[in-house]
Amino acid sequence: MIHPDTYREMGLNDLEYQRIEGILGREPNLTEVGMFAVMWSEHCGYKYSRPVLALFKTYREAQETGALENAGIIPLDDKLGIVFKVESHNHPSAVEPFQGAATGVGGILRDIFTMGARPIANLNSLRFGPIEGVSRDATRNRYLFEHVVEGIAHYGNCVGVPTVGGEVVFNRCYNGNPLVNAMAVGVVELGKVATASAEGVGNPVLYVGSSTGKDGIHGATFASVELGPDSESKRPNVQMGDPFLEKLLIEATLEALATGEIVGIQDMGAAGLTCATSETATKGGSGIEIDIQKVPRREEKMSAYEIMLSESQERMLAIVRKGSDEKVGAIFRKWGLNAVVIGRVTNDGLVRIMNGSEMEAEIPARALTEECPTYHLDAAEPEYIARIQAFDPLSLHEPMSDEARAAAGQGEGFNLTYTECLAALLACPTIASKRWVTEQYDSMVQTQTLVGPLEGDAAVLRIRGSMKGIALKTDGNSRYCALDPFVGGQIAVAEAARNVACVGGRPAAVTDGLNFANPEKPTCFWQFKRCVEGIASATEAFGTPVVSGNVSFYNETPDCAIFPTPVIGMLGILEDANKRCGSAFREEGDVLMLLRADSDPTGGMGGSEYLATIHKVEAGPPPRIDLAGEHALHLCVVEAVSAGLLVSAHDCSDGGLSVCLAESCIPQGVGAVLMLRYSDFDDLPPSAILFGEAQSRVVVSMRTERQMKRLEEMAARHGVRAQWIGTVGGDNLRISLEGQNLVNVPVEQLANAHQNAIGRIMESHGS
Amino acid sequence: MKFAVVRFPGSNCDQDAYHVLKDVVGVAVDYVWHEEKSVKGYDCIVLPGGFSYGDYLRTGAIARFSPIMDAVIAHAERGRFVMGICNGFQVLCEAHLLPGALVRNSRPKFSCKWVGCRIETTGTPWTQAARLGQVLRIPIAHGEGRYVADEATLDQLEAEDRVVLRYAGPGGTIDDQFNPNGSMRGIAGILNSGRNILGMMPHPERAAEKALGSADGKLLFDGMVRTLRAA
Repeated sequence: MIHPDTYREMGLNDLEYQRIEGILGREPNLTEVGMFAVMWSEHCGYKYSRPVLALFKTYREAQETGALENAGIIPLDDKLGIVFKVESHNHPSAVEPFQGAATGVGGILRDIFTMGARPIANLNSLRFGPIEGVSRDATRNRYLFEHVVEGIAHYGNCVGVPTVGGEVVFNRCYNGNPLVNAMAVGVVELGKVATASAEGVGNPVLYVGSSTGKDGIHGATFASVELGPDSESKRPNVQMGDPFLEKLLIEATLEALATGEIVGIQDMGAAGLTCATSETATKGGSGIEIDIQKVPRREEKMSAYEIMLSESQERMLAIVRKGSDEKVGAIFRKWGLNAVVIGRVTNDGLVRIMNGSEMEAEIPARALTEECPTYHLDAAEPEYIARIQAFDPLSLHEPMSDEARAAAGQGEGFNLTYTECLAALLACPTIASKRWVTEQYDSMVQTQTLVGPLEGDAAVLRIRGSMKGIALKTDGNSRYCALDPFVGGQIAVAEAARNVACVGGRPAAVTDGLNFANPEKPTCFWQFKRCVEGIASATEAFGTPVVSGNVSFYNETPDCAIFPTPVIGMLGILEDANKRCGSAFREEGDVLMLLRADSDPTGGMGGSEYLATIHKVEAGPPPRIDLAGEHALHLCVVEAVSAGLLVSAHDCSDGGLSVCLAESCIPQGVGAVLMLRYSDFDDLPPSAILFGEAQSRVVVSMRTERQMKRLEEMAARHGVRAQWIGTVGGDNLRISLEGQNLVNVPVEQLANAHQNAIGRIMESHGS
Repeated sequence: MKFAVVRFPGSNCDQDAYHVLKDVVGVAVDYVWHEEKSVKGYDCIVLPGGFSYGDYLRTGAIARFSPIMDAVIAHAERGRFVMGICNGFQVLCEAHLLPGALVRNSRPKFSCKWVGCRIETTGTPWTQAARLGQVLRIPIAHGEGRYVADEATLDQLEAEDRVVLRYAGPGGTIDDQFNPNGSMRGIAGILNSGRNILGMMPHPERAAEKALGSADGKLLFDGMVRTLRAA
């Protein structure tokens, strides 16, 4: 008899428990309840998000045809395909940042090579609370930041997959609830994609990889509740990773798959053996019987419950052609890994767990995977939305020019200059250079990285065996989503696509990491739904289907809930890997142009980093976005890069035009002279021109005026505005607006603010 | 002429070294598994970067006991060529084929970035085609690359012209600000006394093609090939 407290503790409600009894026609035992609880958690079963995710066309179609694989595949050419997926590891990282982040990388890599794809790149998207200052929160945030980065570095570096890109954003809403989203990318021969299907009655079921321990039990359930004061006690729920074993597992798995003797294969991630057995059986329309006595274990005394729910890392389940288990097993053993036949495929549709001759559990596979209850939750617009959007972002006082301040002297009115605002923005941790982070990642191993971290708006990789290249980027502005989740969702996709276009990649497909608070609260569910609607509309407008993704709910503590935080992982295709573009200005005399398809009455000041950093305000309507214009801009930029017209391309995002220009000046230490006109910016105030985050804008530099003419023609053809704005050169960044000097500052000074800000914070305080 | 790239479990730059030798330098190359007992027929053995055996205990400490290492040591003792890159350098030090040790970076974090490496001697098979004082642009990627040895050993290395590469600024300046890991005397690569074993922390195989940002590292492989051709 299972006590209600027991199943409730595992995350099941009374109705769900009754449903289990109904399915089995009897009372479940403890092992069975545990198996249902993990498979029916939001993390595995998507019981709340599934109805909303159906808004993604590809997801809906895949669901309908039963082709929902571990990760989506995008053809690169007629031989090779690209596989990629993002996954969250937020809760584990909140309590055990190093292992939480490390195993996040390990888990997503397994999703990739389980498909027969060789992992070629890692990216990530990280969110933390503010790291400046001596408060307890700041100290904790630095600790989390430092160890998450170290965990990612530890795992990715050792496993030999380069970490080529990512983003780190700091905001109060992530106090106590950091977000760690890891994305992995692989390349696979089309036609040799492995499936996670248990087919062929009598085929042996091979357990490979690491032994099973007591770590990570109920990890998936832990991911499906809010964090609270007792979260520390969940530390044992966090898995321990071993990138060395993962490296062996990658090589052994790819070698074993190449034999053609593996019928189906799946990694043991969330919900471990339970998930791997039930999902492969469901997919194969079969059943599976295993004997837990044969499962390699780290500890002598482990119950069936513990073995079935363990989330020990670096393990896989392979279904092998009858008679080939020795041949396949030998490959894994050559790499020093366990490879043990623990069961066989049956035809009764049941997952049967034996302990020698004793039966520990018997559940219809489909009950675990397909009959997870789906909830249509209530959505209600939070009352704060209308209030916060009503704020006029142009109503705040204007900074002053250097001249005005010199004239005014000390203590007169608002005393920050435009130059000081720019320096402050460049040094704010969200905008500051992430060199402190990216240097800890091996970004070059595998020698395919053509544009690495900080070198361009997105990473570019060549692909061995193809002329083509790929561009990769993760992006997502959660402040915009807090102000308007629909627009914020659209902008997340737009920015990621724009970044990929800037390096020369045609935006091709999306993976999304959807991080939200408690969906059982109608206001949070509304944010989720609106955000997904925004993402769906933008991906359809750009022709970039969502091919994989992950949902992480319950990202909240008793003190605060996170902003709705969609993370978009964008894949772009370069027709010729040699036709690519970085973001740095190069040579004196190069021409600067602004390509734009924006139309924003506030210049994108609402929700801007300028408002947040300088005025401590997070309000206003987010920047406006016109998806058709944005799409035209992408096409135009990609064509310009492919035609070899551009020396640099960099999009205007956080911090607006001035930050964009500074970021292009800093890498080579070269200045620029900008001459702007009010009429080109709807007569907005200078602060909005410099710092507004109006969307759909890219600053490009070119060698000659002849190339400028060609770009103008190209832009006109695409319906994109192209404006001459200045010239590269000198030691200073100088921005003037109709004769008024707004900014005039040595690039070296900007570089110091931008390059060393995070290192200074981390090293001055320690953690 | 034939190269071998040793694969330890946990090697992860083996495929990069193989690619450069085969596709960029254009020579014959095989992988050699760590359980092999012979390197017969190979002219130059490359011990690649990575985390051999997970680098548990100490970097390179377990790899030196693998079966292949006896063969590599015998190969080296016959005066034939061995090149250890990054983890391979660590293995060579652990196997006492090279003096000194590689310990945690002075700033105790993994560091992946482009550095300048000044050619300190052209009296090696690898650097014979280089110019003395030439600064190669090559990336490092390690957490434990700080070269240490006692003063007498360092003096001896210098006296015998066995320091091959030092970390340097773009103009060839040797200064702490250009030393990425706190290596003693800025040392990035050294030779054995027989001058047939090279160990270096920077990754020349990552800098052998312009598309990757630098082709400077190719010079070292070309030098080796030229030596073998002349032999």
